[in-house]
Amino acid sequence: MNRNIQSNLTAWVLIFPFVFFFTVFLIYPFAYTVVHSFTDSPLIGWGNWVGLENYQKILKDKLFGKSIYQTFIFVVWTVIPNTVLGLAIAMMIHRIQSTIYAAIILGCFFIPHILPVTVVTDLWTSMTSNDLGIIQWIVKMFQDDPIPFFRHKVWAMPSVALITVWWTVGFNVLLFLAGLKMINPEIYEASEIDGANRWHKFRFITWPLIWPITALVLTLQLIFQLKIFDQMFLLTGGGPYNKTMVVLYHVYKQSFMMNKGGYASAIALLIFLFIIFVSVANYYMLRAVDLDKQR
Amino acid sequence: MKKTDITISWFLLGLLTLITAYIFIFPMLWGISTSLKSEVEFLDVESWGIIPDNITFEHFVYMFTKSSMMTWYINSMMTSVGVTLLVIIISMPCGYALSQIQFTGKNFIFVCVVLSIMVPGTALVIALFIFVAELRLINTWTGIILPQVISPVCVIVYKQFFDQVPKELREASLIDGASEFQILLRVYMPLNWGITAALALVTFIGAWNNFFWPFIMTTKTEMYTITAGMSQVDEAWGVKNAYMMAVAMAASLPVVLAYIIFQRRITQAIMLTSGIKG
Repeated sequence: MNRNIQSNLTAWVLIFPFVFFFTVFLIYPFAYTVVHSFTDSPLIGWGNWVGLENYQKILKDKLFGKSIYQTFIFVVWTVIPNTVLGLAIAMMIHRIQSTIYAAIILGCFFIPHILPVTVVTDLWTSMTSNDLGIIQWIVKMFQDDPIPFFRHKVWAMPSVALITVWWTVGFNVLLFLAGLKMINPEIYEASEIDGANRWHKFRFITWPLIWPITALVLTLQLIFQLKIFDQMFLLTGGGPYNKTMVVLYHVYKQSFMMNKGGYASAIALLIFLFIIFVSVANYYMLRAVDLDKQR
Repeated sequence: MKKTDITISWFLLGLLTLITAYIFIFPMLWGISTSLKSEVEFLDVESWGIIPDNITFEHFVYMFTKSSMMTWYINSMMTSVGVTLLVIIISMPCGYALSQIQFTGKNFIFVCVVLSIMVPGTALVIALFIFVAELRLINTWTGIILPQVISPVCVIVYKQFFDQVPKELREASLIDGASEFQILLRVYMPLNWGITAALALVTFIGAWNNFFWPFIMTTKTEMYTITAGMSQVDEAWGVKNAYMMAVAMAASLPVVLAYIIFQRRITQAIMLTSGIKG
């Protein structure tokens, strides 16, 4: 009994710092956001209780609908290429036999991933700058005028997506590479004896065995890319004509620029619920995949 | 291992790998190259080589002697180191308790930790901003650091690691009269320096790269971190491309160096934090 109390006490002392910061910087802001979303508060301070009015407003907010749609487009533009390219690059690196050479090549793909977002956007702003950017030099081989990529209503979204793929693919390469290393090479050797060609080996060995990693990459990417904000903020500012207005940018604009704190909290909360929904759905999907394998 | 047969397809795949790798690293090379050119050389349409005709360090010298960059650098360094230390100090004991000690509320705490991984920090930014403003921590290092110190992933990685340590080790120490704190500090901590180093590295990189939080909660130029401050440089400098690239290269130097030196540790940390045993 005495020992029990003591170990309880020790345990709580050990977890106290985490629980303290967890409560103060996660649970409290979360509760605050929930309450805030039922009021017409400005960014700082409290307004009147308005019940579900903010949520009804969201349904009628055309820009919100547009921002959801554009976030979805962005997710499609990034998650799919990121996964396909990640696997392709990982397979290219996996066949390199020299450890040092493989590390250098992996570095080429991974270094973009550890750059701060502001460096990423500055690099690409510089490379696409009107007269001197190397990308405009390529554009000039096809047409006379430079393309203002981030201010162009057609090009802005794919350009930001492309830069994001460049920035984030290294992470997926690492995960896929780890997955490929887990596949026993003897399976490939056995299949060669049975006369399997390159495509057969990929289709019937690599792809099914790497599937758990693919599912993981898809989940992590989906959650990460849904939260797109920084690149839009730095490169396009949501424009032109709100063509790159994504949902978190909408939240930012409503709160920090239009001072509608309560309304912005309501949108933020909806995004939060959606991300939890995606995560949970994915968790069960992944579990389903695992169970299939055990059968 | 299969014999390496040099065929055309082997050669083509190798070439494709090299070309793709070059395309991916090219923006970095462009950045380094431009940062070492004078503004005049950058504007010269004739000299487009990736290796500058005349290498100059004038932008770097200017940046660290005459601009606010040095202050931003110090802000970034102090806040990132602060976040890293606190994350480790807070997460390790929590992971230990969750793994080794039976106590009331254990399962509840663990479920909270797991669930909180899903919380998108960006959704809480408004509330955090108001809270930190009320605490009068706007424009302080403390204000930048504190909201970043909760890392559920680190807690879980520590817990999983401690779970794998043989139980006998702890029981033997308990019989010898050691307290839980002593066991953690003298037995478990020395066992996991590798994991601590790996987690510390990725936490540091994450904190250094964090843009939005330092950006919205610093309003004074002298309190910017380098990642947040950089976005102001472009506006202030307009077309100064070479200078902008020098700032960008200086801002990425610590994280790129960390990666080049500790490539294996960082890879390990990414595997651990994504849920793959590395």
